[in-house]
Amino acid sequence: MTASAPPLSVIIATDCGSTTTKAILIEKVGNEYRQTYRGEAPTTVEAPFEDVTRGVLNSFAELEELSGRKILDGERIITPNRAAQGEPKVGVDIYISTSSAGGGLQMMVAGAVQSMTGESAQRAALGAGAIVMDVLASNDGRLPHEKIERIRSLRPDMILLSGGTDGGTVTHVVEMAEYIAAADPRPRLGMSYKLPLIYAGNKDARDRIKEILGEKTSLVITDNIRPVLERENLGPSRNKIHDLFLEHVMAQAPGYKKLIEWTGAPIMPTPAAVGLIMETIAKREHLNLIGVDIGGATTDVFSVFEGIFNRTVSANLGLSYSISNVLAEAGLANIMRWVPFTIEEQILRNRIKNKMIRPTTIPQTLDELQIEQAIAREALRLALAHHKSLATGLKGVQQERSISDIFEQRASGQTLIDMRKLDLIVGSGGILSHSPRRVQSMVMMVDAYEPLGFTQLSVDSIFMMPHLGVLSTVNEQAATDVFVRDCMIYLGTCVAPIGQGKDGERCADYTIRFPEGRSPESGTLSFGELRLFPLGRDEHAQIELRPAKQVDLGEGKGQSVTRDVQGGEVGLLLDGRGRPLQLPAKPEARLAALTRWHRAVNLYPGRS
Amino acid sequence: MGHAYTPGLTVTEQTVIRKRRLLPIPGTVLAQAGDRVHAEEVVARAELPGKVHVVNVANLLGVAPDEIKDYLIRKEGDPVQKDEVIAENKPFIKWFKTEVRSPIQGKLESVSGITGQVLLREPPRLLERLAYVDGTVVDLLPAQGVTVETSCSMVQGIFGIGGETWGELVMAADSPDQPLSAAQLLPTMKSKIVIGGAFLGFETMTRAREIGVAGLVVGSIHDKDLRELLGYDLGVAITGTEQVGFTLVITEGFGTIPMASKTFELLAKHAGQKASLSGATQIRAGVIRPEILISRKSDQQGAGPPGGAVPTAGRSGIRIGDHVRIIRDPWFGRIGQVVALPTDLRQIETESVVRVLEVKFADGTSAVIPRANVEIIEG
Repeated sequence: MTASAPPLSVIIATDCGSTTTKAILIEKVGNEYRQTYRGEAPTTVEAPFEDVTRGVLNSFAELEELSGRKILDGERIITPNRAAQGEPKVGVDIYISTSSAGGGLQMMVAGAVQSMTGESAQRAALGAGAIVMDVLASNDGRLPHEKIERIRSLRPDMILLSGGTDGGTVTHVVEMAEYIAAADPRPRLGMSYKLPLIYAGNKDARDRIKEILGEKTSLVITDNIRPVLERENLGPSRNKIHDLFLEHVMAQAPGYKKLIEWTGAPIMPTPAAVGLIMETIAKREHLNLIGVDIGGATTDVFSVFEGIFNRTVSANLGLSYSISNVLAEAGLANIMRWVPFTIEEQILRNRIKNKMIRPTTIPQTLDELQIEQAIAREALRLALAHHKSLATGLKGVQQERSISDIFEQRASGQTLIDMRKLDLIVGSGGILSHSPRRVQSMVMMVDAYEPLGFTQLSVDSIFMMPHLGVLSTVNEQAATDVFVRDCMIYLGTCVAPIGQGKDGERCADYTIRFPEGRSPESGTLSFGELRLFPLGRDEHAQIELRPAKQVDLGEGKGQSVTRDVQGGEVGLLLDGRGRPLQLPAKPEARLAALTRWHRAVNLYPGRS
Repeated sequence: MGHAYTPGLTVTEQTVIRKRRLLPIPGTVLAQAGDRVHAEEVVARAELPGKVHVVNVANLLGVAPDEIKDYLIRKEGDPVQKDEVIAENKPFIKWFKTEVRSPIQGKLESVSGITGQVLLREPPRLLERLAYVDGTVVDLLPAQGVTVETSCSMVQGIFGIGGETWGELVMAADSPDQPLSAAQLLPTMKSKIVIGGAFLGFETMTRAREIGVAGLVVGSIHDKDLRELLGYDLGVAITGTEQVGFTLVITEGFGTIPMASKTFELLAKHAGQKASLSGATQIRAGVIRPEILISRKSDQQGAGPPGGAVPTAGRSGIRIGDHVRIIRDPWFGRIGQVVALPTDLRQIETESVVRVLEVKFADGTSAVIPRANVEIIEG
């Protein structure tokens, strides 16, 4: 908490999602903050209400009912809380909110060279919580008139234009500005205001940009996103995006002017808030982490590796509205490889389409649950692949290369996502947070991400990361307390030796020493085998692994490793299925392997 | 939340619908408040700026970008004809002369001394907004469009493709569980809206296109036939702009599911009348479902209660006795009546703990179903 911040004992936070407004109450209990109650109501941005505050007030009313705390006086939030006046159950100290209602923040970005300033601009917009509708660049392969048509047809909430290093050539970025001016783009919301455009390119081109775009757009100029080739400077652009999000986009959305007046801190786009809390936790704990939020329409992936934060959003990978697109992108065979029974293609295709057109339905039978979880694995896998392609070092940068780099053909712009160095995976979204058995969430993430070596896994209990992200901007201690105590549910640790072998061959010998009072366990993990050992949330164990000569556990092939591992609701999972994970090609062998694995970890009822 | 059920699709004999007919960019509104309009009538018109073509004159003439103004024959704002010379160099030897010609007819919009490019714009394209339904103009937004109100019968579908159309309703199936075969489509059905029964396959779709049917309404289709019709796998349910030769509306879902008898009977009752049809579907916030609207004749307009585009508001939740459609396997597509609404949470086969209800089917059997997996039959 900053020195100047007021003391906060009772905090109310909402996330105005596209369908539901979720409110949580956070109270100081003794010396720590805890999330105590939760209420929700349908979001009311759309007709017939067209006022976001209706849904917010409804969610408050549910919180009042559940907590017994009086929060509202008519339609006014009672602040600060009245404990000092002898009324401990009246009022709150601050109200904060995030929003993704009305389709969130939709942006178009443009750069001079696609793999350089184009990608930097994309990272800045994604990091600010936007959905990037398109990336335009001088060399994106489209003809000028195609670019202009595309800009005109998109109708984004705002545009981020970058290009060129400071002092470098101005031609390409001016050319992009000319295309934007020719397209005369219109904002998505509202007919009467000018489209916000942030210019974050070569500073020498600023005057020309003003001439070309000053009249046609609401132009804002900020520091170059790529002042020199070797350095990215995303902060100023991200801040401008947040400012414009509030000033222009939010101000156009129904009821938001009132909502902005109610809140004690600026409203953040939901994904930006989630990213902020992940970044805060990773930096505080010195962790490399991957976070995923798999929703009905989109899947967001966040990563922090060596302190560098990245976020991507796969706009059409989700499990309800976009479920059919997962099938289209992954292909039927990739989905079916996770399903432990056979089903006719036509039946499966029809079922997936039926989920798409009636997205709020839930699996009623075990077969349906298994199909949905199979599709989730593919959505998670594809979204991570997308993330890896964008979470990279800077491209086009000259580097000193060592002999080993040359042998490995390592070029600039490699992905920052190194699964060997990954410490923690945080899963969020209905299918991960609410799967009937926690082990299902753990195995879905392990199958999709194929973690290497030692990796801890967790899920967000009730999707409160957006609230905690915005809370961290006003009171970091409160955000951290709630994140650790109430938000994160640790599932356990996955140990996955790297290497391959025939089913049944020795992968590694292990000895696990548990906390006092429990006998150690020793044995041999074979290839093609999963083993699960119960180990509670606050329990630690020491595991010693002696791998086969072709198997690596992070210390080199055949090298023994001893590590301290933490448990969770599921426990300690030894994954001897090999990396990269390869499922048997023949259908009978694949079904047998899936059945064996599911039984080994008691994944589904009646199949253990 | 207070209740967990999917609001149903409207199937109603009588409602009043208001349709906003707005231009995407400012233009001219042609209709007046109070005007009676027909579906095919233009109510507002705008000029879409023409396509832009870029010609890099500096490169073509081999001169510096800031010099190109000296070589231009046409200036900013000048009209240009296709193949007309817009710039040329002036070499000492005539043979080395280079001319830059306009690739389009239109006007020279701008010249850039930085990039050496000249932007040419085609003439504006006319964009017309039609009334879409037979009705009365009740509201007018200057330069943007109008609101047309119509008193009509309404059927909402669950999914559709293709845009707005209209035509005479014609019944091709005798009962809601009869599939619609290609042979049932006749040349006389050209420009009409054909009502099938349970299902139609790709062969029937092809036949519909050959005949020139305006629209098709059936209970269900297979996903594989949709893929064949579109030529790609539809990933996200945002439709309405497809151009497959007709507009298709399905009322129940994917598979082979009979059309709900209430829907079939309502459509059959209006056979021979003019209907407006839209396949536009958007299943996200701000849901849009496909629809069939059968406007009353002008002397009957104004009767009935007013409604919105989706007149389902006002329900507080599901009640015993309601008719519901099951919208998820294992009973997908069946219709039954709610006989019990237990308040406590129940564990289902997947081990999820959810709110359920009990449904009795016409054959006397019953089933316990998650409330999220039923849809009220509204109207």
